[in-house]
Amino acid sequence: MVENQRWLDYLAHAVLILGVVIVAFPVYVAVIASTHEPTAFTSGTIPLLPGANAVETYSGVFEGGIAAQMSVPIGVMLTNSMIMALAIAFGKIVISILSAFAIVYFRFPFRVLAFWMIFITLMLPVEVRIVPTFEVISNLNMLNSYTGLTVPLMASATATFLFRQVFLTIPDEMMEAARIDGAGPMKFFKDILLPMSQTNIAALFVILFIYGWNQYLWPILVTTDDSYQTIVAGIKRMADVVDSEPLWNSIMSVTVLAMLPPVAVVIFMQRLFVKGLVDSEK
Amino acid sequence: MQTKRTIFGNKGLPYLLLAPQLIITGIFFLWPAAQAVRQSFLREDAFGLNFTFVGLRNYERLLDSPEYLNAIKVTVIFSISTVILALGVSLVLALAVDRMIRSGRAYTTLLVWPYAVAPAVAGILWWFIFNPTIGIMPYILENWFGYDWNHLLTPSDAMILVVVAAAWKQISYNFLFFVAGLQSIPNSLREAAAIDGAGPFKRFWTITLPLLSPTTFFLLVVNIVYTLFETFAVIDATTEGGPAQATNILVYKVFRDGFVGLNFGSSAAQSVILMGLVIVLTVIQFRFVERRVTY
Repeated sequence: MVENQRWLDYLAHAVLILGVVIVAFPVYVAVIASTHEPTAFTSGTIPLLPGANAVETYSGVFEGGIAAQMSVPIGVMLTNSMIMALAIAFGKIVISILSAFAIVYFRFPFRVLAFWMIFITLMLPVEVRIVPTFEVISNLNMLNSYTGLTVPLMASATATFLFRQVFLTIPDEMMEAARIDGAGPMKFFKDILLPMSQTNIAALFVILFIYGWNQYLWPILVTTDDSYQTIVAGIKRMADVVDSEPLWNSIMSVTVLAMLPPVAVVIFMQRLFVKGLVDSEK
Repeated sequence: MQTKRTIFGNKGLPYLLLAPQLIITGIFFLWPAAQAVRQSFLREDAFGLNFTFVGLRNYERLLDSPEYLNAIKVTVIFSISTVILALGVSLVLALAVDRMIRSGRAYTTLLVWPYAVAPAVAGILWWFIFNPTIGIMPYILENWFGYDWNHLLTPSDAMILVVVAAAWKQISYNFLFFVAGLQSIPNSLREAAAIDGAGPFKRFWTITLPLLSPTTFFLLVVNIVYTLFETFAVIDATTEGGPAQATNILVYKVFRDGFVGLNFGSSAAQSVILMGLVIVLTVIQFRFVERRVTY
């Protein structure tokens, strides 16, 4: 640092500790709530110290059927979320790495047009064109299916741009050498481009996994059948009870389970996560 | 547009490689967008059987309706508050981490994980904390400040709730980019200023903040886009636009009018207006990325 000012260091620590506490507080409250019995919420305020009901709460939500709003076993929803997150991450990477390869390594009519068509997807989030998009998936009979849940989200301009940037930094000599050795385009792609973009692929995978897991509006639109429900979209339905008290402990345990996989990914793969985040915003 | 000096000569292959992406883009992006534009000029009868061409009538009605104007106002208040809160808090945290030599990494880990929390989940978490009957915040507000919190009835309380939830979710993202921005400022500049007698606050205003302006501008655009579109889930999981339209932001209104109100013409016209807005913001973002704003 520039100069040694103790009070500034103390201030910085104080600010950071306060920040960590504020950031963690909502999750702490949710974890604590999930360890209590349902009766703990009928009077007074949310408890702030752990209860003794954790095992019962969590095994309850895994079995499902505690009450009408908890009818979908949590295992089904977690599986659906996992399928959705993995399929979207994997699909996006495959689709965009292929299109980036086409755009960078070939010259063909309508290349610029294709590039702009991909670019446009970046501009139109589902949220702004909800009704017509819903009509398309319902006309294609894609409601309540994994195809409907995942395929429409696989087109992404960001990932294509990212791979385009990566390919542009790979020296031309690589390709010339490959051609001299008689390698065709797909062999070059498989043996040189893929290994050279490994870290980018891994970093992007982390970001896309989180993106897929956290989808909310899309699953709500596409699934009405409980067996296709994802966990993030399902929590809302559980909390929406009209004539009875919400089962707070169960709702909060589901919330904790919904957060766990993506948060674990960020914490354990922090380096890849940061790289993926920064790269995909370039 | 850039390609390689040497390229492959195949004729059909590039189309094959592009096909999956272009097919998905065409069916799920361009076609619905075109439909939105078409529907925005039509009116459907009550049974959904006949369409009549009404020209710009849907747009005129929209801009005349007090509800739409209210949604614009609500969106502006929501966006500005969320962006200021999310940027302000994360800048302070980033400045603090920037001072840390050894503990910086640990603090960073403890601060970045909310990025992974879904906006809908963030909404549920804060909704629980602010629950008027059992929530911890209403309890504190009532007993310490004598304030009777109820976001189910009081519009301003509902707005505060969604702003807090939306900003909380965005802090970690902004924090990471601010930290990166701070690290790219050469230490020699700050040292030179310190030698010239500038204290920490003066250095912040005259050196750090101006040199951080590209990062700040980038984050500003990204955060505006976030508050306008991605906060749909936060609103839907907490207030559903209520009470009395107090948190009915534009993107949520498109959904409500289309799926609950079944007013397709109006919903389509709103979609088209929002698409225009997204395009403007994306172009700004891209021009920035191309040039990286210099000072």
